[in-house]
Amino acid sequence: MTITLPSISLLPYLPEIVLLITALLVLVIDTFAGEKRWLVWLALLGTIVAGVTTWSLSLGPTLYLQDMLAADPYALFIDMVVLIITAISLLLAYDWLNSHAHQQGEYVALLLFSAVGMMTMGAATNVITIFVALEILSLSLYVLTGFARERLTSGEAALKYFLLGAFASAFFLYGVALLYGATGHFDLVGIGKNMAGTGLMAAAGVALLLVGFSFKVALAPFHMWTPDVYQGAPTSVTAFMSVGAKAAGFAAFLRFFHVALAGSYATWGPALAALAVLTMTWGNLAALNQESVKRMLAYSSIAHAGYALVGLAAGNALGMSGLLFYLLAYAFMNLGAFGVIIMLEKKGSGDLSMSALRGTAREHPLLAATMAVFMFSLAGVPPLAGFFGKFYVFGAAVKANMTWLAIVGIINSAISAYYYLRVSVLMYMVEPDENTTDVATNNRPVLAFALLVALVFVIGIGLWPGIWMQMAQQAAALLG
Amino acid sequence: MLKQFGFLGVHAIIALSVPLLGIVAAWLLRPKKPYPLKKTTYECGMETIGDTWVQFKAQYYLFALIFVLFDVEAVFLFPWAVAYNKLTLFGLVEGILFVLILFAGLIYAWKRNALEWQ
Repeated sequence: MTITLPSISLLPYLPEIVLLITALLVLVIDTFAGEKRWLVWLALLGTIVAGVTTWSLSLGPTLYLQDMLAADPYALFIDMVVLIITAISLLLAYDWLNSHAHQQGEYVALLLFSAVGMMTMGAATNVITIFVALEILSLSLYVLTGFARERLTSGEAALKYFLLGAFASAFFLYGVALLYGATGHFDLVGIGKNMAGTGLMAAAGVALLLVGFSFKVALAPFHMWTPDVYQGAPTSVTAFMSVGAKAAGFAAFLRFFHVALAGSYATWGPALAALAVLTMTWGNLAALNQESVKRMLAYSSIAHAGYALVGLAAGNALGMSGLLFYLLAYAFMNLGAFGVIIMLEKKGSGDLSMSALRGTAREHPLLAATMAVFMFSLAGVPPLAGFFGKFYVFGAAVKANMTWLAIVGIINSAISAYYYLRVSVLMYMVEPDENTTDVATNNRPVLAFALLVALVFVIGIGLWPGIWMQMAQQAAALLG
Repeated sequence: MLKQFGFLGVHAIIALSVPLLGIVAAWLLRPKKPYPLKKTTYECGMETIGDTWVQFKAQYYLFALIFVLFDVEAVFLFPWAVAYNKLTLFGLVEGILFVLILFAGLIYAWKRNALEWQ
């Protein structure tokens, strides 16, 4: 018997491997080290090395590992987005981790493992790889959600997320099984080629896959877990998963939609448009009357998933690059908004109520101004990053003769302005409560630096959207 | 394609009907002499005192987890070891990397006192 080894080229996977090695190192060093403060810096170094590797690996579009993964501009773009999100999330978690020193290594390692899953999702060209990446990303997030062990809500959130997530994974797998039964392929190109004339079985498979993706990126009506999980999880984790899981979920969703469903756009485009309308409206209406800022941002993140889905539903090149641009812009503004919450929340409470925002501008003028910028950007006020994100995806809808969808989106943006501006109004125009306890906003340079980075990018992307859009357009070249 | 799945359906029906047939036949043939003692939980032995839904301390779960991990490692290593002579340097390095990653896990479990009986 002769054994023929498959030609395995791991080189394009190097960024992920760098992150994995960093995570393992963090885990092992954590058990020996007395001073755990620099584990975060080690992880950050690993993230930066992975970023440099991604940037310098110009291998050209190629499929590798038995065509399971693709190294195309699209995957590289998602890699960069995920790495930026990971780096900022590490900085956001720095202060919180120092008060949870005994769990520091696990937190950092799980965050990196989750990032590996996210990056793999962007590169996956096969439904099985997508599933494995999805599980790597989700399992780490389930544990991270329950990390604030001193609060019951954190454990509750983790259990809810785990149970519902496992359920969604089952839907996804059943969809994969049905699609395989109908088309005989696991790879997206093969599925796409054999889609024609497969009838009900393939349609049911695609529908089940849509449920799985919708759960991950929190599209209505599969969003029920979002508010509870976002509120219960430690805020630094909420920040990470609200942007990271969304970026990764949409990355795989987009590739699946544009490669496997390219021929059946007429069937699925309207379905996605309907989902987008439902998601935007539901998210925005529910966000109007929230008393917790984290919960409000959770509903807002549902609404933003709806806006991003408009780009997917449009189904054209502009929609594709618009969605990528949106994911990048959303990452910065949402990480920033959660960063401000981390700065303002009382120690150990893990949450921030709307009334606690009253008059914060007087004591913390810089912080209030920063929060206002993020809120304006989320609301889509020009010239900030959020405006151009919406501009491109709605523009794509108009181009695809779905002007009604763009109009629904714009109406929704107007609704959302109410609750985003409410934050600024509370901060600037209301007298502070007498019994507002002073929060420790001073002396947190790491957190302040993370906020500064997010702020610079939100304004920078808004002032020079052309550069970023050009990057997104180059990245929109999918390799099947 | 659908025909092949049809065979699966026929198979499922037959597979289900065999045990069902047995149960129904036994139900039809057996003598029926019901009396209250037959309905108790134990026909012999003591009645339970208090609630039976109590928590058991399952502290061996950690050992079970670690056992499963290293058991699966062995499953992967056996074919690797059998084919060792035929593998190139690449295969050797891959195997070593695999063991190293698991070794990191073992160190982690050990230093976190997962191997101590608490």
